[in-house]
Amino acid sequence: MSLMSLTAVELGKRIQKKEVTAVDATREALAAIAAREDVVHSFVTVDGDRAMQRAKEVQERIASGELTSPLAGVPVAIKDNMCTKGLKTTCSSKILYNFIPTYTSEAVLQLERAGAIILGKTNMDEFAMGSTTETSAYGVTRNPWDTAHVPGGSSGGSCAAVAAEECSYALGSDTGGSIRQPSSFCGVTGIKPTYGTVSRYGLIAYGSSLDQIGPIAKDVTDCAAVLEAIAAHDPKDSTSMKREDTDFTQALVDDVKGMRIGIPNDYFGEGLDEDVRARVLDAAKALEEKGAVVEHFDLGLVKYAIPAYYVIACAEASSNLARFDGVKYGYRTEEYDGLHQMYKKSRSEGFGAEVKRRIMLGSFVLSSGYYDAYYLKALRVKALIKQAFDDAFAKYDVILGPAAPTTAPKLGESLSDPIQMYLGDIYTISVNLAGLPGISLPCGLDRNGLPVGLQLIGDCFQEKKIIRAAYVFEQTREYAHSKLAQEQNGGAS
Amino acid sequence: MANIISDETIEYVGILAKLELSDEEKEAAKKDMGDMLDYIDQLNELDTSQVEPMSHVFPVNNVFREDVVTNGDGSEDALANAPLSRDGGFEVPKTIV
Amino acid sequence: MSREYETVIGLEVHVELATKTKIFCGCSTAFGGAPNTHTCPVCTGMPGSLPVLNKQVVEYAMAVGLATNCTINQNCKFDRKNYFYPDNPQNYQISQLYEPICRNGGIEIETADGTKKTIGIHEIHMEEDAGKLVHDDWDDVSIVDFNRSGVPLIEIVSEPDMRSADEVIAYLEKLRLIIQYLGASDCKLNEGSMRADVNLSVREAGASEFGTRTEMKNLNSFRAIARAIEGEKNRQIDLIESGEKVVQETRRWDDAKESSHAMRSKEDAQDYRYFPEPDLVPIHISDEWLAEVKNRQPELRTEKLARYESEYEIPRYDAEIITSSKRLADIFEQTVAICGKPKKVSNWLMVETMRLLKEREMEPENIVFSPEHLAALVELADAGTINSTVAKEVFEHMFADDTDPKQYVEEHGLKTVNDEGALRTTVEQVIRDNPQSVDDYHNGKEKAIGFLVGQTMKAMKGKANPGMVNQILKELL
Repeated sequence: MSLMSLTAVELGKRIQKKEVTAVDATREALAAIAAREDVVHSFVTVDGDRAMQRAKEVQERIASGELTSPLAGVPVAIKDNMCTKGLKTTCSSKILYNFIPTYTSEAVLQLERAGAIILGKTNMDEFAMGSTTETSAYGVTRNPWDTAHVPGGSSGGSCAAVAAEECSYALGSDTGGSIRQPSSFCGVTGIKPTYGTVSRYGLIAYGSSLDQIGPIAKDVTDCAAVLEAIAAHDPKDSTSMKREDTDFTQALVDDVKGMRIGIPNDYFGEGLDEDVRARVLDAAKALEEKGAVVEHFDLGLVKYAIPAYYVIACAEASSNLARFDGVKYGYRTEEYDGLHQMYKKSRSEGFGAEVKRRIMLGSFVLSSGYYDAYYLKALRVKALIKQAFDDAFAKYDVILGPAAPTTAPKLGESLSDPIQMYLGDIYTISVNLAGLPGISLPCGLDRNGLPVGLQLIGDCFQEKKIIRAAYVFEQTREYAHSKLAQEQNGGAS
Repeated sequence: MANIISDETIEYVGILAKLELSDEEKEAAKKDMGDMLDYIDQLNELDTSQVEPMSHVFPVNNVFREDVVTNGDGSEDALANAPLSRDGGFEVPKTIV
Repeated sequence: MSREYETVIGLEVHVELATKTKIFCGCSTAFGGAPNTHTCPVCTGMPGSLPVLNKQVVEYAMAVGLATNCTINQNCKFDRKNYFYPDNPQNYQISQLYEPICRNGGIEIETADGTKKTIGIHEIHMEEDAGKLVHDDWDDVSIVDFNRSGVPLIEIVSEPDMRSADEVIAYLEKLRLIIQYLGASDCKLNEGSMRADVNLSVREAGASEFGTRTEMKNLNSFRAIARAIEGEKNRQIDLIESGEKVVQETRRWDDAKESSHAMRSKEDAQDYRYFPEPDLVPIHISDEWLAEVKNRQPELRTEKLARYESEYEIPRYDAEIITSSKRLADIFEQTVAICGKPKKVSNWLMVETMRLLKEREMEPENIVFSPEHLAALVELADAGTINSTVAKEVFEHMFADDTDPKQYVEEHGLKTVNDEGALRTTVEQVIRDNPQSVDDYHNGKEKAIGFLVGQTMKAMKGKANPGMVNQILKELL
């Protein structure tokens, strides 16, 4: 069995016990990448030499007893929207085709301090705009469970890399569901933490008020350990929170007795796949059997989250992406006559269709005469949505529902109808608007053998509650985090 | 659909966003933006007259740095990715004609 | 037919704050430096970088607001102003539109003819400065330098309360003095640490509606401002007189050509799509913080004037001249602290310093001599170690390059000669050489003695004690 079949925490333990080395682990990860990338294409950039060199250095520091973190020597894949010094960072966009950052994002620095080995940068929807990883300028990523299907998005590369056992775990980012939805599609576990928990410094912004970095891993334990490593107050990020309670692994307790779990009726309406509904309700039942108090309730306002989100996210994106202009870094068009044509041609040639669509919409809703009607209106609706969650969390510890209405669609089926694609984010998006933490973890397979994701949402700063509930659920079933593991386990899911 | 996006609007937004769309892209953009605005107009079903716009979800304020120099010469890093540079600066088409 | 017109002027004054670091990053604000050396990911707009607000910027802005009688907005926020330009690395400027830090202030000005008037201040907001573009005419390119990108600015927006260039200059001078007194900026127009954009419209005298206004940029001196106002006023009147319309636009003043041209282009839609800056959290100014800043406000000119009269017992006239510049006032107080003798110190500043400043077309801000050296000079003169002629000579050297007066007097042997024997010998020689003057004196021409004193001083290379020379002369004659 490959070391990449182990969870990150198991591998870390073996490394600490000197049963295997960081070099062994990295070599196996690179071998898995070499074997599977042709089919899956999780990565935009793999730097094997750098990873091996780093593994040797880290192994020495482990051997000397200097590095004792559970993640020391464990190989990780980083979504390609986090800056990595000296390692190309493209956001899966042509406009950053040659961008080599001169500094490393804070979340990645935290992992490096813990002794992580960075294998490379994973594919994503261009600038994290999309739900399938098909808007990447560097080709699609395929779902390891069925390569005719998408891995979801926008952190599709990170989720596919974990599911394909090309790495021990990965980092993703989540603006409207970009960790939870692809985790659901790829049968892996991912957490979007409370806004402000992980520093955004070095994360190339999409929607600044919504973006959060989080872990994507094989199980809840890994996610808790990784989140514990990357959650830290950062004075370089003004929206970073000072939290005392980031010892998330303490929440890995097999006990949900008395935990109040609310199931929003609004999450089980039209558009929800029957198999997804059944698996998610089974999961609720499993938690109830473990002693949780499960109730159905009306959350309200769910359908308004998507339009509010697209106004806010696109407005912020139109401004955040203004800096890509061919002057300081990235792509500059070959021929131009004057400054404005240089701007326009560089940007029009450098950005893909979905990015341009969102920049146009965002510029429009902020333009003179529309700001109040669209932008301020969306911010008011955001306040209402936050209030609806506040009311719900007065009654419940955790909200339970699906991560996405369906399992992974086939490649090429989604992009033609943007609004239909946006509707796929209906269960995840409001969590970002309200700044809440959410986790997606596998809860079974649909009729086609594709994974179904269970989403647990917590009140702000209550990651521990969703981690505990997720951990308890995970204990109730034999499940597999990848097709490979599923096959090795003889089909149990 | 309720929102009809004119050629002029697409042209104007293109100037704001510094995007130059092909004719084909313009037609698509008109339709996409119109559809999205129709969809967004759903928000008008909600009475928000008594609601304050919420830009930050958490009531955090006063995050400051002290006025202390922490950075040294950053010129090499600044220019490391420049498509065109000269004399220690970024080269652009002349801005004053 | 000649109609009467009234000019209506409002100013947008940008002031670079005297912080050590930029508004959103720890880069130095030091002037000069090779291109892009004072930069980091934040002030060059690198992907993923984030701003963190410099607290000192908020305190300076509050201090200026308080000193200009503004209401401090205790819940203020930053917004993004979106526009593409290469000196603006993010292609948006972090500024304040919806909730600026100060509102509704005003300062009283006095024009040359003594008229007093209050100019309203609409608001003061904080923002970041842009980088610098250097144009290469030969190759048709511009070079971007981000050293100034992110230097903190406050923009002081006046009400349209000014009616003439005189009022504008009086307002700017008053504003500059206040800000210099606060230590919030050095306000150098020529270095760009104070910049004024002029909003101007004309209307027929007596009309109640404002005319269409234009905004004039690139005004680097008081003289340019005065000329631009005159030029723009005439341009607008000419348009109206010939039946044309004034177009609302931004114009760039070319002081060499004494004319302006419109800066607009199809690609510069003035639609800035402001929205709240998501990367910065709001600022809450508590009553305590406000009180703290208030208590720390330095003495402003009015208080200083009163104190100079009572504490230093110098005349009102002297006090007014010295306090007309924060730099002069600082030198005065520091010098008096060392050597006392306020009236003598004030004389040096009022007479010789002002004369040399005028002669060399300098501002008090550019004074280089130190209070220590001025004090030393005052003491040398006061003790009679050097006479007043020598003192003036020494002062000129000190003014030029902060020469140490003691050392200079020593090295050049300029000490006053008090040796009666030596003086007597010289005087006797002067009497012998100038019989005509001696006769004149004896014939009742008292003035002739002045000539003889002068001759003696000349013979002694200016170092003689003039009192003693006088005494010996009278005695010998």
